[in-house]
Amino acid sequence: MTTLRPGRLSPPDVLRLGAYGLRARPLPVVLSALGIAIGIAAMIAVVATSTSSRADLDRLLDSLGTNLLTVAPGLTLFGEEATLPDESVVMIGRIGAVEAVTAIGLLPDAKVYRTDKVPTPQSGGIGTYAVRTDLLETVGATVRSGTWLNEATARYPAVVLGAATADRLGIGAVNRDIQIWLGGRWFTVIGILDPVPLAPELDLGALIGWQAGRRYLGVDGDTTTVYTRTDPDAVEAGRGLLARSANPARPNEVDVSRPSDALAAQAAVDKTFTGLLLGLGAVALLVGGIGVANTMVISVLERRSEIGLRRSLGATREHIRTQFLSESLLLSLLGGGAGIVLGSTVTAVYATVQGWPTVVPTWVVVGGIAAALIIGGVAGLYPAIRAARVAPTEALAAP
Amino acid sequence: MTSSDEAIVTLRGVRREYAGGVTALQDVDLDIRRGELVAIVGPSGSGKTTMLNVMGTLDRPTSGQVVVDGFDVAELSDREVSALRAGRIGFVFQHFHLAPGVSVLDNVADGLLYAGARLRERRDRAEAALRLVGLGHRLTHRSHALSGGERQRTAIARAVVREPALLLADEPTGSLDSQSGEDLVRLLLDLNEMGTTVVVITHEQVVASHLPRHVSMLDGRVVEDRTAVAT
Repeated sequence: MTTLRPGRLSPPDVLRLGAYGLRARPLPVVLSALGIAIGIAAMIAVVATSTSSRADLDRLLDSLGTNLLTVAPGLTLFGEEATLPDESVVMIGRIGAVEAVTAIGLLPDAKVYRTDKVPTPQSGGIGTYAVRTDLLETVGATVRSGTWLNEATARYPAVVLGAATADRLGIGAVNRDIQIWLGGRWFTVIGILDPVPLAPELDLGALIGWQAGRRYLGVDGDTTTVYTRTDPDAVEAGRGLLARSANPARPNEVDVSRPSDALAAQAAVDKTFTGLLLGLGAVALLVGGIGVANTMVISVLERRSEIGLRRSLGATREHIRTQFLSESLLLSLLGGGAGIVLGSTVTAVYATVQGWPTVVPTWVVVGGIAAALIIGGVAGLYPAIRAARVAPTEALAAP
Repeated sequence: MTSSDEAIVTLRGVRREYAGGVTALQDVDLDIRRGELVAIVGPSGSGKTTMLNVMGTLDRPTSGQVVVDGFDVAELSDREVSALRAGRIGFVFQHFHLAPGVSVLDNVADGLLYAGARLRERRDRAEAALRLVGLGHRLTHRSHALSGGERQRTAIARAVVREPALLLADEPTGSLDSQSGEDLVRLLLDLNEMGTTVVVITHEQVVASHLPRHVSMLDGRVVEDRTAVAT
């Protein structure tokens, strides 16, 4: 006697069966796919936005360099504010690994006002710094409007404003007539800087030439910060030498820092926030998965007569299970695909607005598809098993 | 080759009880020979559909023996019973059970889906089956665009596309007008002429009158088994 062996469904047949179920009920399918899409899109957008921001930071650090070290006075043993010796700049310049050195000095009594009519206490927290002309190059700053100080303008009452200072004083662009009231006399604004990522203290500063400070404000400020560029291969070694060179007598009163480290640390803090958002995305995905399970359960209930018919045509329980599982997987995959497109688009738009490069890592896309498949598989398993258990006669009797 | 006298379906002492103590079939003994054309008649609730389900292996008896095409159904697993249906039994239902939104051709081709045939072969054979039932001009139409008679013909094409040895029809004319019903009975007669064993459940005398053997049921029992003498 011949043996009875059920036919095998080929992969294209399984795909067709799954797609048939989806085509038969487009609205619930679109809605539950949307649930998955939103979850996947949220996760993709969170990860890709964070990666794009990181890529932007890397690009920024690449362009700014990570070899800028700043030297500032710390605290004395008695907890008082220390100062840097006048010769510290010269001493630091003698270190072999140091390629460039410049310094700024805070003029604490030179307050900045938009006009001489502004009440004295409303100084807006703007700091006046006496600077050298090589500051711009050393800290990697760029001029947004106007010009930077040169050997001539550094001797006269001319000022370059940090980005935040310009905002605070309400000065958008430089023209010949703009003057500000600085340290009790008028200074002409000749330039406005872009934000300086490696020396953010300059953003809320009004920068005048060292000679101008001495000449017009009658003060010769202490050196408050020394900026150095060291040989990129000897940054750590140079770091150790800087404190001892800046203040050989009391190196413990000198703070040496690397601003690029602060930017990287900021990115690490962002990572924690990314983790939180990722968790929210996962919750959205879970809700989407429940939506798929719900759609599939209803699908099985509504299609009992189809199940009965297929059983009469010779479908085994396994065939029925495979059909509904493939339907659920396809549904989730559809949502996952849409989510990847949506998440990538959101990332691209956000990154473009922020001026970042758009980076959607491959592992995120693969992970998104895998997550969709897992959700589809888990959500579809119970309905598929239920469909396979329906007795053919019972299914055929359904309306 | 099997002889035409050999039974394709044999029921011995078949009993089917449902939960709640309802007995749909009681000690039914029946033989249906190859090539026969049988009408199972009886009032509603007499057990006709249960009988058809048991003969078609869609349902298993509570007790008794069912042998279909030489296979004792009690000894077969669900997979084997499914394979038996896929290869040897065709069903036609009162409510057609066609997939809406799918072409007539693919509805019929699905009849071969679980028999292991490839898509191209399924479609080729489906086209031949549709031409056999007179629907060669409707291949690409969607099933919901067909008339009732055409739908039932499509369902018959789906049942016979596998060339089953046994065709079981449950009230096939129940949803049709009299003309379509008559055409359908003629089609079943033609299929029987070609060698298919046909069992039709009906409560319509007009339909039954065309079929030579009448098995009458009442309260789950076979009360009469009569074969008309050919004129």
